[in-house]
Amino acid sequence: MIWMKDVEKRYANGARAVNGISLEIEDGEFVFLVGPSGSGKSTIIKMLTGEIAPTTGRININGYNMNNITSRQIPFMRRTIGVIFQDFRLLEKKNVYENMVFAMRAVGAPPAEVRRRIPYVLELVGLENKTRRLPGELSGGEQQRVAIARALVNNPETIIADEPTGNLDPERSFEIMSLLERINDLGTTMLVVTHEKDLVNRFSKRVIALEKGRVVSDRRGSYYMN
Amino acid sequence: MKKHDLRYFFHEGISNMFSHGFMSFAAVGITIACLLIMGTFSLVAVNANANLQSLQRQSVVLAFIDETYTEAQEQDLQKKIEGIDNVRDVTFVSRESALTTYVEQYGEDEELFRELEPEIFRDRFSIHLKDLEDMQETADAIRALPGIAKVRADEDLSQGFLTVSRIATIVCVALIAVLLAVSLFIMSNTIKLTTFDRKDEIAIMKMVGATDGFIRWPFVYEGLLLGLFSSLIAFFLQWVLYAAIAAGINASDTLQLLDLLAFTELWPVVLAAFVVVGLLVGIAGSLMAIRKFLRV
Ligand SMILES: Nc1ncnc2c1ncn2[C@@H]1O[C@H](COP(=O)(O)OP(=O)(O)O)[C@@H](O)[C@H]1O
Ligand SMILES: [Mg+2]
Repeated sequence: MIWMKDVEKRYANGARAVNGISLEIEDGEFVFLVGPSGSGKSTIIKMLTGEIAPTTGRININGYNMNNITSRQIPFMRRTIGVIFQDFRLLEKKNVYENMVFAMRAVGAPPAEVRRRIPYVLELVGLENKTRRLPGELSGGEQQRVAIARALVNNPETIIADEPTGNLDPERSFEIMSLLERINDLGTTMLVVTHEKDLVNRFSKRVIALEKGRVVSDRRGSYYMN
Repeated sequence: MKKHDLRYFFHEGISNMFSHGFMSFAAVGITIACLLIMGTFSLVAVNANANLQSLQRQSVVLAFIDETYTEAQEQDLQKKIEGIDNVRDVTFVSRESALTTYVEQYGEDEELFRELEPEIFRDRFSIHLKDLEDMQETADAIRALPGIAKVRADEDLSQGFLTVSRIATIVCVALIAVLLAVSLFIMSNTIKLTTFDRKDEIAIMKMVGATDGFIRWPFVYEGLLLGLFSSLIAFFLQWVLYAAIAAGINASDTLQLLDLLAFTELWPVVLAAFVVVGLLVGIAGSLMAIRKFLRV
């Protein structure tokens, strides 16, 4: 569960990226976080992953209170969330399978678990036939599937995606969103940031709209914009 | 730590080391040079100290007794000398046994006998000191006792030796401090190169929830291996170098007086010291290199 109360974030240069946001996302929900560029979407994501701290307000994610979390606890909080970015962030020198192994090894997964889990996840994202390919040998859509598989491989409670389709054409974007929807159906909470109105409107999900660091709309199935 | 993790760290550490061949080579080279210089100076200091101690053991102060003194008075005098702080032991040597020793040493050459000073035939105390450093003061204290006619002590020689040993120690400590700093710097920069190379990997590890300890280990292993490698090579070079120096000293006429400790006697300490210093430099260097990456 994600829970934010009166959260504000002001950067060192004075930019007020987030101006008093309160929201709650239940376990198992699928939520789009939308808004124009600069409205504070990425800032919210970074506060949720513990990359930056809020200036004021309270944040709780999957039972971790981000206001008094210790630096020792942060890795364990991060294991409860899988993160996906617009630019995939794959290791270019490792093939698809090795990228998966790397993510599992990093959290100390035993080799037997690694061998069991990776084929399942790669099949789920439809890459079971491309396990030996390097990221450079894959299309953008396929690379994002690898990133999704990596986010899933350690079995997180929540997936957070920041503009996951920003680099993809509309058809690939729809496929990726459908994949995220399927993963959500399997029980993973999904928070997806995007500014693509048409894409959002093809799914009937809860949509939280931001503008200038504030929530301006929070309802199902539509994308609020002036 | 689990076994499979350990194998992973070890593998990563080794491959890091080889991925920056030149820098690793430089770090190993500098660390070897540092260890060798440290080792050589320490060995000089150790030998100087050993020679000093044997000098301390051998060097005697001779105190000649007034000829008018009776045996009882002499025994009383010996107690007084033994009461002086820096005196380790006092042996009474009668004029007869002094003469015997003298004759044994130089042979019964008539001419020599004729030139002998009369005091050589006085009774005397042969005195060992605890600390050569205070030889002057102790000799003066003995000289001040009534009944002592003359004191003979080799003050210049002991002072000279003490100075050499003290300078060797100071130079040694200063040099070790500077060299440690240099090799730490080079080591940490070598490993920093690896961390730059691997910053994407580090970022992903952090993203998926790797602990700082886990992220750190491969780099610590890299430093550890570089340090260990350096110390082993330095140890064998030190051995060769020491043997060469010892051979040179034994061949020289003037330096032959110095009594060099055998490397076979010293090697366990040298090896242990090199390995400890090498590992410390490697581990501390890697921790310094990775520190800034673990802040986010
Ligand atoms: N590291 C930063 N330092 C200063 N200002 C920042 C930083 N990151 C974002 N901002 C500012 O905060 C605002 C919100 O940015 P961001 O959260 O990235 O918006 P979005 O993801 O919705 O495009 C913008 O005005 C941006 O310029
Ligand atoms: Mg953004």
